[in-house]
Parts: sequence; C-alpha cells; structure tokens
Amino acid sequence: MKLLYFAWLKVKIGVAAEEVALPPEVGTVAELLDWLEARGPGYAEALADRSALGVAVNQEYARPEEPVGPDDEVALFPPVTGG
Amino acid sequence: MIRVQREDFDLGAEVAALTRGNHEIGGLAVFVGLVRDRVGEENLGAMTLEHYPGMTEKALARIEEEANRRWPLEASLVIHRVGRLEPGEQIVLVAAASAHRQAAFEACQFLIDWLKTKAPFWKQEETASGPKWVEARAGDDEAAKRWQAQDPDAAQ
Repeated sequence: MKLLYFAWLKVKIGVAAEEVALPPEVGTVAELLDWLEARGPGYAEALADRSALGVAVNQEYARPEEPVGPDDEVALFPPVTGG
Repeated sequence: MIRVQREDFDLGAEVAALTRGNHEIGGLAVFVGLVRDRVGEENLGAMTLEHYPGMTEKALARIEEEANRRWPLEASLVIHRVGRLEPGEQIVLVAAASAHRQAAFEACQFLIDWLKTKAPFWKQEETASGPKWVEARAGDDEAAKRWQAQDPDAAQ
C-alpha cells in the first residue's frame, strides 16, 4: 500500500510518503489507522485526533468503515485550508 | 475549466477568454482571493500552499460539475495557485457566467465555499514566531453548509 501524508501530519510522521505491507488484520480505513498509530510516537501524535483527520483512498474522501487493500493509495491529512 | 498552477494569473485575460464568443452570457461573477499581510496580531511574511496532486484536480473538477448541475452556467473557471505566495498576491480565482446575475452570483459563492472545505490544499504561514499551519475555520464550514441541502457527500 502507498501511504501519503500532508501538511503537519507529514511533519509529525517524518516522511511525505511510504510503501507499507499490510498485516492481515487491516481491512478498513479505521483498522489501518489503528495499525499505523502503533508504529511509533510520531504516528500516534499525528493520528491522535481522528475527528480532525482527513482520509482519501485512491484520491477520494473515505469513511472509517471503507475497505482498503494492498493496491490502494491512501492519503492522510488535516482539515483542508485552501481558497 | 480548472487549473492548479504556481504562476500568477491575469484576471482580465482569464475572464475575457472565459466569455469570448458566447453571447448567451449576460452575467459574470468573479471571486479572487488575495494573501493578506496580517495573521491575528502578527505580520505575515508569506504563505506556502501545499496540495495533493491528482486528488486536487479531481476534487476541483467535481466541485465545478456540481455547480454546473445546480445552476444554468454558460461557463465556469477555477484557478488555484500553489507554492510560496507573498502578501498582495492572488491565490485563487473562481468565476461563473450565466444568462442572468443570480445564477452567476450564487454559483460563484458556491464554488469558493465548497473549494475551501473540500479541495485538498493546506496553507502554512511564515511569521516572526516561525512557520505555522493554518487551522480550518469554523466559519468556512458554516458557509459550505448553506449549500449542503443537496450535498451528495453529506447525504451518505
């Protein structure tokens, strides 16, 4: 799976993008976030407030219950502030 | 039409190109966002706009499609700049053209309201106290909600 991080999530996690091999228990967006959160303090801090977290699967906004798989591009980001 | 670009845009040239040759257009509404030089009590040196290439274009195209679905538009345009911008620079242009002014005004406001809450852009401000990521404003969510009676995303 390709993971992308934007804005301050990128700063806290320390990379803009990474490839990860998903464990079998990760099948949804929410399960992916739970798994990521346990990967280190930067991840835990970045993902602490789920209500303020934007998630896109294959460049479309996704809800926690939506499925994710090894071929997906998943992006995590704070609330958008363009315009 | 939507564009994401680093370079500045010429407002006059853009709106002239948008309406050229279409004499069904009786009204054109335009909004241009500019970089201000103050953030609360602090002076702003510059801001940097980050985005999600690929998703940004899809999100803007979808917002434009939705505006065209809701109003009888003859033409529409969204240009959003990315990269480092200094106070006074143009950030964003949205324009909507229709036979009459009401559709043009409403669609223009809808385009910028939805862009602000849906398109994946993030601003980082440079001030004397260091760089700071801009937080989402509740007022922007409220502005976008006005249009949500028919928001397919909110209905799910």
